[in-house]
Amino acid sequence: MEIVASPHARNFVSWSADKPKVIVLSADLTNSCEVGVWSKTYPERFFSFGLAEQNMMGFAAGLARRGFFPYLHTFAVFLYRRPYDQLAMSVAYPNLPVRLIGFLPGIISPGGASHQAIEDVAIMRATPNMTVIDMGDATDVETCLDEIQAVNGPVYVRMLRGEVPRLFDQSEPFALNQARVLSHGRDLTILSSGICTEEAMRATSVLRDRGISINHLHVSTLKPFTDPQVVEAIDEAQQGVITMENHSIVGGLGSAVAELMAESGAAKKLLRIGIQDRYSHGATRHTLMKENELDALSLVRGVERLTGSQLGITEDDLAAVRIDAAHSETKAEAL
Amino acid sequence: MTTATKKPWVEETEEVAKRIRLRVLEHVLRNNGGYLSQACSSAELFATLYTRVMSLGPSTAPMMPPRYQGVPGPDNPDYPRGGAYNGGIRPDKDQFIFSPAHYALILYATLIEVGRLAPEALDEFNVDGSTVEMIGHEHSPGVDTTTGSLAQGISQAGGFALARKLLGEHGRVWVLMSDGEFQEGEVWEALAAMAFHELDNVGIYVDVNQQQCDGEIRTTMLTDPLLERLEAFGARAISVDGHDVEALAAASAPAEDGRPLVVLANTDPTRCMNSLERRRPKLHYVRFASAAERAEYEELYETLKGTTEWKS
Repeated sequence: MEIVASPHARNFVSWSADKPKVIVLSADLTNSCEVGVWSKTYPERFFSFGLAEQNMMGFAAGLARRGFFPYLHTFAVFLYRRPYDQLAMSVAYPNLPVRLIGFLPGIISPGGASHQAIEDVAIMRATPNMTVIDMGDATDVETCLDEIQAVNGPVYVRMLRGEVPRLFDQSEPFALNQARVLSHGRDLTILSSGICTEEAMRATSVLRDRGISINHLHVSTLKPFTDPQVVEAIDEAQQGVITMENHSIVGGLGSAVAELMAESGAAKKLLRIGIQDRYSHGATRHTLMKENELDALSLVRGVERLTGSQLGITEDDLAAVRIDAAHSETKAEAL
Repeated sequence: MTTATKKPWVEETEEVAKRIRLRVLEHVLRNNGGYLSQACSSAELFATLYTRVMSLGPSTAPMMPPRYQGVPGPDNPDYPRGGAYNGGIRPDKDQFIFSPAHYALILYATLIEVGRLAPEALDEFNVDGSTVEMIGHEHSPGVDTTTGSLAQGISQAGGFALARKLLGEHGRVWVLMSDGEFQEGEVWEALAAMAFHELDNVGIYVDVNQQQCDGEIRTTMLTDPLLERLEAFGARAISVDGHDVEALAAASAPAEDGRPLVVLANTDPTRCMNSLERRRPKLHYVRFASAAERAEYEELYETLKGTTEWKS
């Protein structure tokens, strides 16, 4: 599998070339959020705001009202926790085209609880006028900007940085409110988002070998959440539905699917794989994914629970089909 | 008082200020309550801003405000804009950001007295389905952005000011703030950012009435020494008598030195209404306690009316 180095860093620079009203606002995490080169390429439209996210949100609002498109770059956690009132009243209420590019979502951050955005999707979904998207791979990252820019209103993006696997063909760009169907099947439907899609792909290839037929969709838009493909996939699942996300099971993909299933009268089981309503700590992504049961093996265990069968799949089986050997070799991520 | 020696504009602005106070008192009497002390403190401030300091285009909004037409959103791009009462945004004209949104009644009264709003608009104040809301939002007359959660106006103004620099516009951005807002950390973030980005096209007038909801500012939280704090944060801070319209107007002169301007208008929250003194330290919202108290304010209303060329 191809591993793409810093896809956002490169793509955002070239994409911005013919868009003079696209500006970047940064809160002291410029290089950490892959806009260091951007800031040197377009110094006249790069603005430093220091460690002051509340004020940055208000400045973004004023600039957006005058025809600029502010792309705020900082860690996901600092875009919604500290400045939420400003986000809601200065940006979201007037439906301004401010783009909130949040890095290190969920337990991707090794920085511990203070740095881990685990309830951001819940809060942003509950914010009127907000569009919420979650990047799953390098193709998502490289092709999301046109779709984001076309949104009439604020957009919150869970962005990926550094070495990002390419899971989806480059010829199939990110499309807002449109899931990617990764496999068809009738036994189970798996809806995964963000970095969990890679884990789910690893598990589903082994599960298929054991005779389980799986409908697997990668969901990259959490709001709006009206993709008919998702409803169809839920309808088709004979033994149940599993959601898998790098986020709390409260308010994220799992909740959105539960709401959809309840409202559509889908009388079937739902298993929500995600962070089980608890804070995490500082550790490697690999450890935190295992500990929070967000990895491929956890999905296999979930399938066993839902189907009531023992499949005898081990970590070694999953490692054998590992699609991104690169992750285990990457150096520990710094802030 | 030797009014004969005053410049004509000073007399006119002072007259507007008197009528703002009277208009608000009239409304508070009719409503049996309201933000009265804020009118006492800020009448000259509003009058000076609207008649002397700000260069605004003519209102592009109807004299009678439109009804509530839904909140902003992707499906409602044409909701009424309160900023249209200030002439909207034009490159050569100034812009007004109204931060203490609970001063809305005083803003509406000001718009009436400067001929941008019909007096009957106040009949819709705080009435269901009206945009003449008690706490102004951006569909309310004269309200450009939504600032009711205090201290958000100054950052929004910073964004406008930065945009104006980028767009090469000469219009300035004026902000009205209350002194209690300086307890919010965002204000200091905004001042630092304005100084850092050299936004000397921002002018902030502060109603320093020393009052907040819980009572006197000094018994609620420390904000002094405000002038020195502002200067330390890189602002060009000026302290004036907030009831002296000439001093208020003179403070608006541009310096083009890269520093945001902050004018501390020191005001009296019982100005022209001594009866309010008995309510200290709770002046934030006035509700008449008895018929006798109400009668006292009715008498005051008649007295004040005699000092102006009042037109209801």
